[in-house]
Amino acid sequence: MHIPDGFLNTGTTVAAWAVSAGGLGYAVRRVNRELGERQVPLMGVTAAFIFAAQMLNFTVAGGTSGHLLGGALAAILLGPWPAMLVLTSVLVVQALLFQDGGLLALGANILNMAVIGVLVGWVTYTSLRRLFGEKTWATMVSGFIAAWLSVVIASLACAAELALSGTSPWQVAVPAMGLVHMLIGIGEGLITVAVLAFLKVTRPDLLSLHHTASQA
Amino acid sequence: MDIFKRYWWIAGLLLAIVLALLSPLASPHPDGLERVAEDTGFIERAREAPFQVIPDYVFPGIENEAVATIIAGVVGTLVVFGVGYGLALALRRREHQSHRGA
Repeated sequence: MHIPDGFLNTGTTVAAWAVSAGGLGYAVRRVNRELGERQVPLMGVTAAFIFAAQMLNFTVAGGTSGHLLGGALAAILLGPWPAMLVLTSVLVVQALLFQDGGLLALGANILNMAVIGVLVGWVTYTSLRRLFGEKTWATMVSGFIAAWLSVVIASLACAAELALSGTSPWQVAVPAMGLVHMLIGIGEGLITVAVLAFLKVTRPDLLSLHHTASQA
Repeated sequence: MDIFKRYWWIAGLLLAIVLALLSPLASPHPDGLERVAEDTGFIERAREAPFQVIPDYVFPGIENEAVATIIAGVVGTLVVFGVGYGLALALRRREHQSHRGA
């Protein structure tokens, strides 16, 4: 759901940049205070993995594709503030180097995928983990739901921006974006769970609730 | 195990590069937003970027499109790794600062 230039009006573009900048400014302060030496390579690897995975579009239905966004996955592995910076790094490189997502629309894309996608994924995952506990199935179920919801809410934010810009009426944009991303979100959930299952075997320490909670 | 843990990130980066190698297999269909834009008639509002570096994830100047896609994917993966790693390195908490004067 990388918005190209031309879809958003000036007011929406400026407002999205302002909210994104606020969110990123706060994330930079938190990361500056809290990011440990050991998390430095993990931030690089998570960014690289999400970029590569975003290239792998999968078909969902009726000639439509989707790809991983990775907001929930990054939040689960790193906590919300490093995750926002990871997603923003991916989006900035995609816009500058690959002309994927507009330059003016970058503020809105950061808002939808890096700020909203990450926060929704993070809040959902940590709330469900507190409810379900430390069991492996709890990690997987929480991860799936967090990933699915983060994509759907991000797509609704995108729909709202299109509607506010007068590009598409609310009653068209919201159901259309929401429905197709409810399907794409299933793919997001499955990929997220596959990565979590892989990490459960190779690096279980990254998935302990204590590790995750200590970064909030 | 400690060595594995320490250099685990190299395996992670290699895994990301393997994913980039698979990029020619990606679904060619429009994504969710493009599909909605086509179906509800606002796709023509999209404007071209003012400059092009590696448009559409196809590295320019290479005949074979699969190879051009793979190179674009690997280049992007390494650049994003560098940006993420560099950002983390610049912002990380300096361990020695908290121990100063102790």
